[in-house]
Amino acid sequence: MSTMAKLLPTGTPRPSAFLVRFVIMAATLLLVAPWLLSDFRLSLLAKFLCFAIIAVGIGLAYGQGGMLVLGQGLFFGIGGYAMGMHLKIVDAGEGQLPDILTYSGKYDSLPALWKPFSSAWFAIPMAILLPMAIAALLGAAIFRQRIRGPYFAILSQALAAAFVVVLVGNNALTGGTNGLTNFQSFFGLSVTSPSDQRTLYFIVVVVLLIVFLLTRELVLGRYGRVLIATRDDEDRVRFLGYDPARVKLFAYVMAAGMAGLAGALFVPVVGIISPALLGIVPSIEMVIWVALGGRTVLAWAAAGAVIVNWAKTSVSEQFPSGWLYLQGLLFVVVILYLPKGIAGAVEHIRAYIGRLPPTGGLRILMSSGDRPPKQAAKPNPTEEAA
Amino acid sequence: MSSVMLEVRNLVVAFGAFHAIDDLDLTLHEHEVRFVIGPNGAGKTTLIDSITNLVRPTSGSIRFAGEELIGKSEHAIVRTGIGRTFQKPSVFDELTVLENVDIAASFRLRFRSLLKRRRGISDEVAESLDSVNLTAQRDEPAGSLSHGQKQWLEVAMVLVQRPRLLLLDEPVAGMTEKERLHTGELITQIAQQGTTVLVIEHDMDFVRRFAHKVTVMHEGKILTEGTVADVQQDETVREVYLGRPRDARGAAEALA
Repeated sequence: MSTMAKLLPTGTPRPSAFLVRFVIMAATLLLVAPWLLSDFRLSLLAKFLCFAIIAVGIGLAYGQGGMLVLGQGLFFGIGGYAMGMHLKIVDAGEGQLPDILTYSGKYDSLPALWKPFSSAWFAIPMAILLPMAIAALLGAAIFRQRIRGPYFAILSQALAAAFVVVLVGNNALTGGTNGLTNFQSFFGLSVTSPSDQRTLYFIVVVVLLIVFLLTRELVLGRYGRVLIATRDDEDRVRFLGYDPARVKLFAYVMAAGMAGLAGALFVPVVGIISPALLGIVPSIEMVIWVALGGRTVLAWAAAGAVIVNWAKTSVSEQFPSGWLYLQGLLFVVVILYLPKGIAGAVEHIRAYIGRLPPTGGLRILMSSGDRPPKQAAKPNPTEEAA
Repeated sequence: MSSVMLEVRNLVVAFGAFHAIDDLDLTLHEHEVRFVIGPNGAGKTTLIDSITNLVRPTSGSIRFAGEELIGKSEHAIVRTGIGRTFQKPSVFDELTVLENVDIAASFRLRFRSLLKRRRGISDEVAESLDSVNLTAQRDEPAGSLSHGQKQWLEVAMVLVQRPRLLLLDEPVAGMTEKERLHTGELITQIAQQGTTVLVIEHDMDFVRRFAHKVTVMHEGKILTEGTVADVQQDETVREVYLGRPRDARGAAEALA
């Protein structure tokens, strides 16, 4: 009998292991972290949680769908620039040009590209819908041609690289390599005030939790099963009457939307969006987070983004150039020994503890409430996918 | 005479100069159980592959219930009501047995319904699991099944889709005698329920027991067609089997 069951009156239906874990996680993010962390650390965490939103999308497209999405920076960037342009216009005030557009001297009124982003009703949906639309167009062409594996990865990466070239090449319009920065406000919040940064943190947490729950539903749904089937044997899926191109397209488009949403939140949280944040290297790093966390388990994919970035910050503070080596080393270790990332390691440990004779406390902790330890050795694939 | 289900006319499948199928005509009627036999390399699997567009025919026509199949994509062909299995059983190892059958059963669902979770087990899924004796294994990952069980699972997956035409590629290869019998009964039953079945098979004993009509293929052509007895009497069939030493076993069986 677990501690959980002892606390509840008899006859109460026991909450599922997932619900217990989810509530603990949500409480940690919403209550413990704000109470424990300094303003600076909390806003760092907010940034990492934006990354976690991207990671959930990559977990869906890559972990469940097998598409090596090496160009998510493209969608993250589009979301970021959509929000960035809007904030810049609002900061400049009615009838004024955002500072960034005045430097070149080319514009005396808002250029056509910027104009629609004056409206939040346009900018916010576009931060999500534009990445999705672009992913839909690209994906439809790529998947219908049955381009997959490394060819898909290279193509998606090339697009992120091309986007950087476009941004830098049009510096009068986009701020070039500097990107968009010096934001003042975000819908009435001051992005420089610590208390408003806390509010932003809560917004990011809530968005992440919602995105996670919705994606989890998708993964656990029939579609999720078909997606896994498509990942494992695309040709076989055709002979079940499904069009794998459509199956993959949906996951790819959703992942792009999540990256766009993350970009839109990243801008007020961090205060900048620039080509350096969304090129080839950042796009690869995004996949590394997910690979390290555990690509087949959504929650671990998201956790990977936070863990890797937290480690990056901590290591960089001590040894400014040390991180790159450590990241490379970690990636090698994961590929060689932990193909399922930290999630896989945890699974091994659980299985190991499950085989030990019962010793009480630790075992209850590790077997997460209501799962009999014996089963932990052979996790149900449905549960694993979550 | 019942109506024509599948009509293959002047089918040619060429790989370079080699014609795997060479000007083949084949007609299947509703409710029919047709066995296709022939030595290795006769083009039997290529025939199924070209019906389901796994290989693209060079020329000719394949009409299913009056509809031309050539030019349609694989999934569109399945959606017209054609199901197939493969020589090497291919199921989705990471999904459970139940999930394998369930996604097969869900192929006509609208996309929006596909997004939802499965609630319980639908009758037809339960039925088809039962018909292949996999109910007890339904929550196990398909990857943990034995070779024979995977073959069963594949049959369950194709049955649950209620195809009008079922193409089975060596369904009893590697099965025990009891399993063969069960498969044969299943095939007979499916045909009685209105499905046309085309079976590629080597096992002559199995063919004798369950075939309505047998088509013998050789070098991409149809050598002869008829009842099991007709085919066994046929001089050319004997020659074809005897003329190929590596099929000596098949020859012995064919003549037995």
